[in-house]
Amino acid sequence: MPLDLMLGALGAAFALAMIRVRRGPTIADRAIAGDVALYGVIGAVALLALRQDAPQFLDVVLVATLLGFLASVALSLLIGRERR
Amino acid sequence: MSPVALALVGLGSALILLAAVGVLRFPDVLTRANAASKATGLGLAVLLLGVAVEVGTPRGWTVLGLAVVLQLVTTPVAGHVLARAAYRSGAPLWEGTRSDDLRTFYRTHPRLRDEVRPPDHDPGPGADPTA
Repeated sequence: MPLDLMLGALGAAFALAMIRVRRGPTIADRAIAGDVALYGVIGAVALLALRQDAPQFLDVVLVATLLGFLASVALSLLIGRERR
Repeated sequence: MSPVALALVGLGSALILLAAVGVLRFPDVLTRANAASKATGLGLAVLLLGVAVEVGTPRGWTVLGLAVVLQLVTTPVAGHVLARAAYRSGAPLWEGTRSDDLRTFYRTHPRLRDEVRPPDHDPGPGADPTA
């Protein structure tokens, strides 16, 4: 039961971040908010692994963590218009 | 669930929720990036630690421990890189911003002066907040 409450909190975090993704105003705002939303999803996957007693979900957590970092770096290169 | 795991997981989800509230309510990109990177980095690390305590198997500890370490290393880097890109793209600063040392750097840099356009808002370099 407490797990359901925490999943609800993470869902709320996802929803709030999505409101910021929609509002913007800059691309960087959307990227940051999308990042927070991703962390909410990763946390929810970890909690679901506990709730459903399915430890294979934990691998998803590990991969998603790395993907989130790569996405942030790629987006920042796009936003900052760096010339390399 | 063990009380330790419950406390860690609860703290982690609360921090992630707080980060989302900060991202929604703070006034400009840099303050939002600040809220997002610090609170989610610690929040997710604590949450995964709580899950590892509850799962308790060696495999669970390995995978989640690795995820926690990677999380603590990569989140600050990602947050910094995004905030830097936002500044360099000229995203507007909050009107209450009181000092902006980076502005002088970009304005006087021989090469970046023409490439990077700092935000329009000019609080001056290291302006005295009490003045």
